[in-house]
Amino acid sequence: MIAVKYEQVSKQFHKNVKPSVDGVSAQIGEGEFVTILGSSGCGKTTLLKMTNRLLDPSEGRIILFGEDISTVDPVTVRRRMGYVIQQIGLLPHMTVEENITVMPKLMKQDIVQVRMRARELLSMTELDPDTYAGRYPSELSGGQQQRVGLARALMPDPKILLLDEPFGAVDAITRINLQNELLRIHRETQKTFLLVTHDINEAMKLGQRVMIMNEGKLLQFDTPRNIIRHPADPFVEALMRSASEQHSFWKEVLDD
Amino acid sequence: MIDFLLSHPEKIITPLLEHVSLTAVTLVISVLMASVLTILGTAVPVLGKILTAVFSVVYSIPSLALFALLIPITGLGRTSAVIVLCAYNQYLLLGNFLTGLTEVDPGVREAAKGIGMTVMQELFVVQVPLAKKALFAGIRLAVVSTIGIGTIAAAINAGGLGTLLFDGLRTMNMAKILWGSLLSAVLAVSVNSLLKWAEKGVFR
Repeated sequence: MIAVKYEQVSKQFHKNVKPSVDGVSAQIGEGEFVTILGSSGCGKTTLLKMTNRLLDPSEGRIILFGEDISTVDPVTVRRRMGYVIQQIGLLPHMTVEENITVMPKLMKQDIVQVRMRARELLSMTELDPDTYAGRYPSELSGGQQQRVGLARALMPDPKILLLDEPFGAVDAITRINLQNELLRIHRETQKTFLLVTHDINEAMKLGQRVMIMNEGKLLQFDTPRNIIRHPADPFVEALMRSASEQHSFWKEVLDD
Repeated sequence: MIDFLLSHPEKIITPLLEHVSLTAVTLVISVLMASVLTILGTAVPVLGKILTAVFSVVYSIPSLALFALLIPITGLGRTSAVIVLCAYNQYLLLGNFLTGLTEVDPGVREAAKGIGMTVMQELFVVQVPLAKKALFAGIRLAVVSTIGIGTIAAAINAGGLGTLLFDGLRTMNMAKILWGSLLSAVLAVSVNSLLKWAEKGVFR
């Protein structure tokens, strides 16, 4: 089953200005982990925000599980998917547990079940519920905040999880740990993950397939292996070369 | 001055109580009104801008003139006074409410939207609690302004501490003038502190 289908999707914020997203077409299968890689301003976040109707495309269609999302109320679309953003995504005036349970509570779901699921999700994201449920976001480290953000996104048991630079604000070691946990959660939940990043190593490590974007255009959408072996475009080739030069430097030093 | 208080306590206490009740009535009505207008202004941002502009024009009309303008419609007395004071308060309250609510961190607001909150859920669950300080600041400003401008309402027979002031001026009675000014200042300062204290209670 196809989870997300982009059909010639474009987004132009102002007339006379180059479109931020320019004719992107792609299909993402159910349960796939796809990363979107590109430098800032390449349109990757805009593409992600169009997927949950925080923005609407100027042209083209986005189909989620067979349904054109422009025909669905934006709030309904967003409630069907999880959304994780970098840093300040948590509501600062609510505790960890309140942050995770705020939406189901607003939707009047059974409070006992909601709280139990919140505790399960905290354990899944490796935060001890007894220690952390009552804390405020400001009392957590950056990495812990991201875990809470992830738990909150998984709360409604969405089929699709959208992640916008989720590890952009954490240190390198925490970042690696969070990446590995995200891979584990993806394996355990079998959900469709769509993650935006500007970090080439992160994109290649996490994505089963990687979308490479530049200046609003989708340059290549393939497995990391195929992209490295057969870059479809001079920009992609240059990008891959820059990463391989870094790696060869590490290798040289370690081999000395 | 003390002699005046001891010989005619009712001439001071009655206006004071009138003033407190005028302020309280005005405050309740204008906060309710501003809340409704703020909700409308949040749902339709253009409306919010128009309302702010309209009330800033109203605010620039001198109070005595506005009281006089209303006499043919609502007559002399408290009703006209409350209407004018509420209109002035809209400028202070609406301005502070709308600014406070829109100044909530855009990242936090987008996260609220992103997890599926409706506009009203975002307003009441996220924006209002995070903008509490600005909301209270607006209310305190409105109260102090109401107490001050409320003294002028005595000119259209609305009672209050202004009667002391105007009587005192007419008869050159220093004790009345002093009591009138002193009490309105004390009232403004004490209500302001009372609200600050109440605000702390709400915060924790």
